[in-house]
Amino acid sequence: MNFFPDPTEDQQDKRNAMGGKGWHPEDVTGDAVRKPLGMVVAGSLTEGMEVRLDGATSIEKIKVGTFVNIQGRDLQFFGVLTDVSLNSTDPSLRLTPPDVSNPFIFDVISGTTAYGTITVEPMLTLSNDPIEAMDGALPSKTIPPHFSKVATASENDIQKIFGSEDDSHFYIGTPLDMDTKLCLNIEEFVKRSNGVFGKSGTGKTFLTRLLLIGILQNGTASNLVFDMHGEYGWKGTSEGSREVKGLKQLFSSKVAVFSLDDESSRRRGLTPDYVVRIGYDEIEPEDIQVLRESLSLSDVAADASYSLKRKFGKGWLRKFLAYPGGEEFGELARELNVNDRALSTLKNRLERLQRFDFIDESGGHNSVNQILQYLNRGMHVVLEFGRYGNHLEAYMLVANLVTRRIYDRYTRLKEEAMGDPSQEPRPLVITIEEAHKFLSPSLADQTIFGNIARELRKYNVTLLVVDQRPSGIDDEVMSQLGTKIACLLDNDKDTDAVLTGVSGSRKLRSVLSRLESKQQALVFGHAVPMPVVIRTRDYGTAESYKELGFKDEAELAIQVEQDIEDLFGPGS
Amino acid sequence: MNDVNGNGTATTTRLGEVIEGSTTEFRTHCYDLYAAPPLGSLVRCGDGDSAYGIVCDVATQSMDPSRHAIPRGRDSEDEEDVYLSNPQLTRLLYTQFQAVIVGYEDGPGIQRYLPPFPPRIHSFVYDCSTEEVRTFSESLDFLPILLSPSINAQDDVIASFLRIAGACHVDSNVFLVNAGKTLATLMAGQLPRLNNVLRRISP
Repeated sequence: MNFFPDPTEDQQDKRNAMGGKGWHPEDVTGDAVRKPLGMVVAGSLTEGMEVRLDGATSIEKIKVGTFVNIQGRDLQFFGVLTDVSLNSTDPSLRLTPPDVSNPFIFDVISGTTAYGTITVEPMLTLSNDPIEAMDGALPSKTIPPHFSKVATASENDIQKIFGSEDDSHFYIGTPLDMDTKLCLNIEEFVKRSNGVFGKSGTGKTFLTRLLLIGILQNGTASNLVFDMHGEYGWKGTSEGSREVKGLKQLFSSKVAVFSLDDESSRRRGLTPDYVVRIGYDEIEPEDIQVLRESLSLSDVAADASYSLKRKFGKGWLRKFLAYPGGEEFGELARELNVNDRALSTLKNRLERLQRFDFIDESGGHNSVNQILQYLNRGMHVVLEFGRYGNHLEAYMLVANLVTRRIYDRYTRLKEEAMGDPSQEPRPLVITIEEAHKFLSPSLADQTIFGNIARELRKYNVTLLVVDQRPSGIDDEVMSQLGTKIACLLDNDKDTDAVLTGVSGSRKLRSVLSRLESKQQALVFGHAVPMPVVIRTRDYGTAESYKELGFKDEAELAIQVEQDIEDLFGPGS
Repeated sequence: MNDVNGNGTATTTRLGEVIEGSTTEFRTHCYDLYAAPPLGSLVRCGDGDSAYGIVCDVATQSMDPSRHAIPRGRDSEDEEDVYLSNPQLTRLLYTQFQAVIVGYEDGPGIQRYLPPFPPRIHSFVYDCSTEEVRTFSESLDFLPILLSPSINAQDDVIASFLRIAGACHVDSNVFLVNAGKTLATLMAGQLPRLNNVLRRISP
């Protein structure tokens, strides 16, 4: 009904702002654009802030896990959106809903009588005073006042809080619905043991591969990866059977692939740098303890291995397996003061180890020393299990055996470094899969991995635990993990286990259980200032390899020529 | 181009004079029978520091309270015929309307709350032009006055006013939605009532 000429723009704006429409121009104070969401109307530090959404904000576009900025008077707050709900000013709305078949009434009622609220968990504060803000973001110890403006965080906010991509900050993904690079502080990351959790098929391996690359590029630590399914070394597969490059393909000069099964490695087109062999003499009773569950051994049977070691000394396993049956065996049991049947069970089960070709009689293959030498040279070692990857006993035995030796070596080196700081051993990150098998409550205090998770940080060795069943991991170990990266977990116990000891865990639960099943993860802990949901960075495309520093042959040739020119001058 | 009261946009029509006034409302006696503005119209009284009112009640009755009107049209063809054959009727009957005061002119600006003094008796009362209605309704701060319980049939008055004002705005839908949202805030807890008003102003 255009009876009259257009009013001036000024009037138009006034009209838009009028009547609780809640429209206001996008806040550009943070340099980049923040999208307004609403304002704080209630809340507490323990329960989070209740934010009433602007009429203009569609509740359907709000997602839990979104990174949110709240503009207080003196402080800026940063938090995570943890809940979304519908509310009304009139309780009778539920019983006698208005006539929303009329679009006009629907427009009026939405955002006024019926409105949406979100809950934001404030995590960090940053002073509005530029000088105080130089201290960086601090954990939130207070809350923003009533009517503070709430908006989605801008690109600038993300960089302010999480840092920009540089030597110590590795770009791991983007926040929800944003294209900003969200970075993980790799130097802080490797200082403690960390965990990557998630149901099968949620992208744990992709994330872990990225983290390994981050550590590799940063160069402060070495990686030792116990690669159960051959996913990290040469190549891995993504769902849909697409092949993706492994570490060796991307960084061949920095990565050594050790293999327990060189046939399998060769079949996959890779010549391993070293073929690992383990001698019977290298296996210790502690290794058998780790295998207790996978070999279904009773406590008595597993403990008998210590008695056997005492009796036979070095080479106990070989001698025990060769021990004759019958009467003599009974005598051995009596001598060791062990139940006859327990001992024979132990023997039967240990005979399974003979099926593993990588264990041989001769012993003294020195594989572990080789690994250590590579690590000392600053190389990153991926130990592939080939066909043994499907044998949990083999995986656990080797991982435990190798790690135990490393533990010994590192404690010694660290003690030496106390006298001569230049001897400080290079930090090492050991990646283990199926971690709950090593770190279950019954084993965690006995295996070497439990020790590392708890205290080996002091000796420059940390763990990167990759697991799909975090509830199976000992609580104490879980609580010691510095940074946790959780993909979708829908089992309540697993969710609880991952969130133990995290402030606001009750609210993060809803975020965690609603992650998408692919390429999304909740990152929280030591290496990030606050919990945040990320969309994992792409991996597997030519572009992604390039971003990670991979050079193809043509580029390498150009680089070589450039290097020659730099070294010997032009025309040489 | 007609304005809401059927008058031209450039000029305003003088409707009558104030015969009773307070700071909250005034009663106007129309010069002509049946010449009252529609319910919910915005009217202005006085020249200079005018008060604005919204018509909340219109009544036509006999000049002499002791003599009621009686039927006269048994033999007439139509209603018009009754008045033609009884020319005295236009003198014996009169039309008055009540307007609730919603603002006043304060120098160059318009205040949308009650004036400090009531309108003077015999102040001229004008209907407002479309431009005036649009300017006045740019802010709806006065809506709470219309929700006052002293007004009869408040909801109809509000709905009528908003319909009239809506037609004066270029984008009447945006105006009505914003007005509806203001009402929704003011009528929190009275959902059925709000629903009724909204249904009436729905384009």
